[in-house]
Amino acid sequence: MTSTIEVNNLSKHFGKVKAVNDVSFTVAENKIYGLLGRNGAGKTTLMQLLTGQEFASSGTISLFGQSPVENAKVLQNTCFIKESQRYPEDFRPKDVFKTAPWFFANWDQEFAERLIADFRLPLDRRIKKLSRGQLSSIGVIVGLASRAPLTFFDEPYLGLDAVARQIFYDRLLEDYANHPRTVILSTHLIDEVANLLEHVLVIDDGNLLINEDAETLRNRATTVVGMKTAVEAFIGNREILHRDGIGGLSSVTVGGLSESERRDAHAAGLELSPVSLQQLIIQLTRTETKEFEASA
Amino acid sequence: MDDSRPIFAQVAENIENDIISGALPEEGQAPSINEFAAFYRINPATALKGVNVLVDAGILYKKRGIGMFVAAGAQEQLKSTRRDKFSSEYVRPILAEAEKLGIDSTQLTQMIAKEANNS
Repeated sequence: MTSTIEVNNLSKHFGKVKAVNDVSFTVAENKIYGLLGRNGAGKTTLMQLLTGQEFASSGTISLFGQSPVENAKVLQNTCFIKESQRYPEDFRPKDVFKTAPWFFANWDQEFAERLIADFRLPLDRRIKKLSRGQLSSIGVIVGLASRAPLTFFDEPYLGLDAVARQIFYDRLLEDYANHPRTVILSTHLIDEVANLLEHVLVIDDGNLLINEDAETLRNRATTVVGMKTAVEAFIGNREILHRDGIGGLSSVTVGGLSESERRDAHAAGLELSPVSLQQLIIQLTRTETKEFEASA
Repeated sequence: MDDSRPIFAQVAENIENDIISGALPEEGQAPSINEFAAFYRINPATALKGVNVLVDAGILYKKRGIGMFVAAGAQEQLKSTRRDKFSSEYVRPILAEAEKLGIDSTQLTQMIAKEANNS
């Protein structure tokens, strides 16, 4: 399989802060990736490095087989939609949609117009007069209509309401199906996008914590609930991702269980509940949990 | 779609349900991968994986360049598979719950007969 991105031992330090710390991974062509992690985990820095907007402290990056830094050929094929995109002072949305096609060879004007209608974006209003959500919808429209072979969405929907976010997901899936491309979606709304993702990258504290197929990740954890003694007996010395309890009840999240282990759990009167991608990531990146486990 | 099982398995099961109910008739054309992906709001690769489960089982078959179709005999094949699993998936959980509540098998049989008469 062709890889669109190849990153080897990439680090970016700001003084003593290791924003990205010795990260290596590849991104396969024409898949939708989720880049997830907590605030300040290093997601945006990583995307800025990948799009040549920051220089790496060490390590190598290759996009379409070349370095992205000052490389017009690579950047023409790359679209980076940022949370806080700035526009020239007196710009109106219509000016954005007039200039955007200059940068993207695959720009589809008809699709852009359909999206403008979907998002009910006022084209003639000054950008500084737009609401936060309307501002975000400009970015989303540019990101989709550019049809760049490699598209980054960094928290694209600050201020977008639930309806507008659903429009974004639906249009993304629909257009991706007809025009396959590599999409990297960075977001905190994991539950909302979980089913759209084919692959998941989780960054925590500058480190790449998870690099896994979304479907595999989905089956990675199960929560076992029941009487404390029964739960303890069942989990034995399995690795514990999270532990909760109230009175004589215990709720413990462990790795994926096989069919026969599930039957054993049921036979022992335990209840099993699935762990969503969002819950799994919360449990893996929550600091208290780690401290708790370290002291336990 | 819920989190309890892989999404592709749920897609396959939903298509099976539509074949069993007759919503997708035998020899009729099934929706495309992209239509399934849009309908269930899932990644097309996941939809493909779900559909492939049914292609491998001979429930759906591909006509090159046209699309996917429901195989002849698919409905009966699926019903038979589901009947085989009925006991473990439905009867056993009922028995487990009945035991927890102290309902013996005679009482349980009476309850089932009564409900069957009412419906």
